[in-house]
Amino acid sequence: MKKMLSFIRKEFYHIFRDKRTMLILIGMPMVQIILFGFAISNDVKNVRVAYYAPHYNNDIQKLVAKIDANDYFIVVGKCTTKEDINHALLSGKADIVAYFDRDFSKIGKKGSTPTVNLIIDACDPNMATMESTILTQVINDYFKNPAGGTGALLVPHTRLLYNPSMESSYNFVPGIMGLILMVICAMMTSISIVREKEVGTMEVLLVSPSRPMGIIFAKMVPYFTISCLNLATILVLSVFVLKLPIAGSLIGLILFAMLYIALALAFGLLISTIMKTQVSAMLVSMMGLLMPTMLLSGMIYPVENMPAILQWISAVIPARWFITAVRKVMIQGLPMAAIVKEIAVIGGMLIIITGLSLKNFKKRLE
Amino acid sequence: MATAINVNNVSKRQGNVEALKGVNFSVNRGELYGLIGPDGAGKTTMFRLLTTLLVPDEGTVTVDGFDTVKDYEAIRSRVGYMPGRFSLYQDLTVEENLKFFASVFSTTIEENYDLIKDIYAQIEPFKHRRAGKLSGGMKQKLALSCALVHKPSVLLLDEPTTGVDPVSRYEFWQMLHKLKEENITIVVSTPYMDEAKMCDRIALINHGQILKISTPKDIADDFNDALLEVKGENLYKLMLEIRKMRTVKSCYSFGDSLHVTFSETPDTEGFKKELSELGQGGLTITPIEAGIEDSYMKLADE
Repeated sequence: MKKMLSFIRKEFYHIFRDKRTMLILIGMPMVQIILFGFAISNDVKNVRVAYYAPHYNNDIQKLVAKIDANDYFIVVGKCTTKEDINHALLSGKADIVAYFDRDFSKIGKKGSTPTVNLIIDACDPNMATMESTILTQVINDYFKNPAGGTGALLVPHTRLLYNPSMESSYNFVPGIMGLILMVICAMMTSISIVREKEVGTMEVLLVSPSRPMGIIFAKMVPYFTISCLNLATILVLSVFVLKLPIAGSLIGLILFAMLYIALALAFGLLISTIMKTQVSAMLVSMMGLLMPTMLLSGMIYPVENMPAILQWISAVIPARWFITAVRKVMIQGLPMAAIVKEIAVIGGMLIIITGLSLKNFKKRLE
Repeated sequence: MATAINVNNVSKRQGNVEALKGVNFSVNRGELYGLIGPDGAGKTTMFRLLTTLLVPDEGTVTVDGFDTVKDYEAIRSRVGYMPGRFSLYQDLTVEENLKFFASVFSTTIEENYDLIKDIYAQIEPFKHRRAGKLSGGMKQKLALSCALVHKPSVLLLDEPTTGVDPVSRYEFWQMLHKLKEENITIVVSTPYMDEAKMCDRIALINHGQILKISTPKDIADDFNDALLEVKGENLYKLMLEIRKMRTVKSCYSFGDSLHVTFSETPDTEGFKKELSELGQGGLTITPIEAGIEDSYMKLADE
């Protein structure tokens, strides 16, 4: 036991004395969560709207004021000619131009169907779709609202569940958790074990009565501890900074994340038993874990939209199961019983990967 | 005398190279045994076999009576090993390194302080310094302290003096002699022939084969040819000229001089005259006693 403690203390010394390690372990998760939460978002915000209304009237004025009052839109000005419309979009002064048809003056009158043409800069098709959806909603709202319009029209209304304001952080936070925990744990453990091989201290440790299991366990404890700290940081940041609610059981979420961290550590161990240099260990962690996690886990692209073969591949990516489960518990507030399948998959992977790496860990140099 | 290490007909491949070919030797308890040979001779492979890090392809290795394949765990708790490279934690302090290795062997610095006292006392003033910031000589003392902290019965030192200044090297060998008095068996490898004479017995090794095993004195005495030391202005040209001469058996460069042997009893004056006529200046020629290196060169040549 004393031996184990001194092993663990030694690992903490290594971590605390290497500024780069500290930066990656502590700094990276915070930076990433904030970057993805704020800067890199595909939320619709501050969309600039110009309008063209050859037959300006009260109704149009009210509607434009209503659009401007909306959080998502800013009315930037009026186009005076049809050429202006094109100009406003091309020069980037506006993202959308609302073209109020001449029919608009007959609004409310029987038999008339007033139309608004929304001309949208669709360079980014996803954004364009979202902008048009929201703006249509705003306009429809106006007609429904007796204060502004006639209330005569039947307006289809979509209700967005769980993420009513369509915040992308709802989607990103579970993804980032899955990514950070996997990559950082696996990379840092594998590098720290491979470093001992590279420097030659592993040779000395092997020629000692300490058991390989002990050496490995001692390596994992500090990284597990720090990963749990990271998990706490991510949760605190997402609740208090990104205003993301934790709808389900917090304890359940944490326990599940710890299981996932253990799996990530096992991956690091497996990599370290195969690789001989720190650089190769890092590259393999990056290419083998970071890329698939980002692209195939459903963090960025929904798994359902992938071709069947990629869906199959994504099934072996732990982050996919983690992200699904975290969404269920954290965002949808489902009970733990709803993620039994994910727990089983992650637990099964943990057993397999740990078994493989223990089998691979050499008691000798060859 | 009890045998501490027995290497029986051992062969070992490393990649495509036959690193060791049918090696036999044994080391007595309490002996200071030297493996002498150039880089690539197979010394490090031999150490890895002795420390159970490698398994022999053929033959058997026993340390303290334990087989390195079957009973590797027993061996690992009773040997002290210092690999060729500095293999301590550079980011830990001197004291932390020593404490860590003590605990790895389930002991404490205090428990075996007597054994390491003489060595550790020299670096103790720097015990709060990171190991990476130590000089070569101090690193070596720390590594030796770490290898000794559990009072091993066999000490295996792979090129401990490579990259260390001459004064520290001398001190190091003094330390080894002291450890020998504690009845610790020591196997040490070195590429430096001048260190070979500090051992009780040496094994000369080249290309994975043992050339000869004996005491340093016997090995030097076995050299029965007359030997001349030749110095001159242009050593390289001189060597080429001498090698062309019919009566010359061998000519090797030894730092600032050449060591020359002949196939018949040499005529020093006639030899000098002959060289002068070839335009070589500043010649001094003296008959000398052969050293271990001369024996090594001769054996390696055969």
